[in-house]
Amino acid sequence: MDFIASSLMKAAKSDGLIMAFVIVGALTWISYSASKYLTKGRVHGSAIAIIIGLILAYIGGEVTGGKKGISDVAFFSGIGLMGGSMLRDFCIIATAFGIKLEELKKAGLAGTLALVISTFMSFAVGAVVAYSFGYTDAVSMTTIGGGVATFIVGPVTGAALGASSEVIALSIAAGVVKSVAVMILTPLLAKPFGLTTPAAATVYGGLMGTTSGTAAGLAATDPKLVPYGAMIATFYTGFGCLVGPSICYFIIKAIMG
Amino acid sequence: MVIYGLMIMGLCAIVGDVLGRFLGHLLGISANVGGVGFAMLFLVLVTRKLMNKGQLSKMAESGILFWNAMYIPVVIAMAAQQNVVAALKGGWAAVIGGLVAVFLGFLLIRPLTALADTSVSAEDETEKTA
Repeated sequence: MDFIASSLMKAAKSDGLIMAFVIVGALTWISYSASKYLTKGRVHGSAIAIIIGLILAYIGGEVTGGKKGISDVAFFSGIGLMGGSMLRDFCIIATAFGIKLEELKKAGLAGTLALVISTFMSFAVGAVVAYSFGYTDAVSMTTIGGGVATFIVGPVTGAALGASSEVIALSIAAGVVKSVAVMILTPLLAKPFGLTTPAAATVYGGLMGTTSGTAAGLAATDPKLVPYGAMIATFYTGFGCLVGPSICYFIIKAIMG
Repeated sequence: MVIYGLMIMGLCAIVGDVLGRFLGHLLGISANVGGVGFAMLFLVLVTRKLMNKGQLSKMAESGILFWNAMYIPVVIAMAAQQNVVAALKGGWAAVIGGLVAVFLGFLLIRPLTALADTSVSAEDETEKTA
């Protein structure tokens, strides 16, 4: 028994990615079965799998105290490679194969407008929330606003403005809440809020902005919509990093005096 | 050959990445601005051109389609390595900030989608119900 356990541990270390295929495969199979038999297909299998993934991420974080969810547990380290940004981005690019360029062109302007509106809206929401929680200086308000945009915009803005590490941590937390909320809420809210067409998915990508959130949210809603939302979303973090420490900071500073 | 599909996709990814970083550099920020988005655009344009000329073999196409199909499993693995603990420990400021932004975003989907060509959406809806 000990020999089997230690061999498995070794396999998980040296063949991490292969172990990840087995684990994610099993997780997917369980989730799709649960979707079919427990919810009669009402809840999408991938939505269940993503939620189980998030629960595993929570357990991993609690157990190890690390930042990379379940992949910080040695046995599951291959998950880190499989779900890391390299393969994620490669797969997102692959979804563009077979995309209708005409659809994207028609919704392109609306998507871009959505991105601009949402970026400034995120900074506004974050600044107001920060203010009401006692962070009343312009630097902290802008940093937390950046976090509400995405969990990358927050620390980039905070570093540029010289925010305290406590505020930067808070901005990352706000961004992760957003991304997790997008993952879980998208399949539930998609229909009532009209997220059913490629045009709407383009707008949605611009509005949500978080690449991981939109990637998982659309996967759990309708995989056909993924490329439309993902393409716009990949511009969001860059735009946020651009306007955060500049325009947004100046506006917030002007208002706060 | 399967690898040709991966090569095409890899080239698009790398050119997009360099372009995104260059754009970030031009704008004076240390971020990749839309690298993946550019790569997606390149992939659409390149594969369409090759297909029109009949030069994208079925095997090359299957190399791309494999990663296309791996998207959901990869996203599940991605979900499993999110810093969920930090999200929950961020306190109410983080939770309220994040959730309000998401809800406002959802509210804006319809009005902004209406700006896009409405005939396209109508066409697609009939396609879906069919």
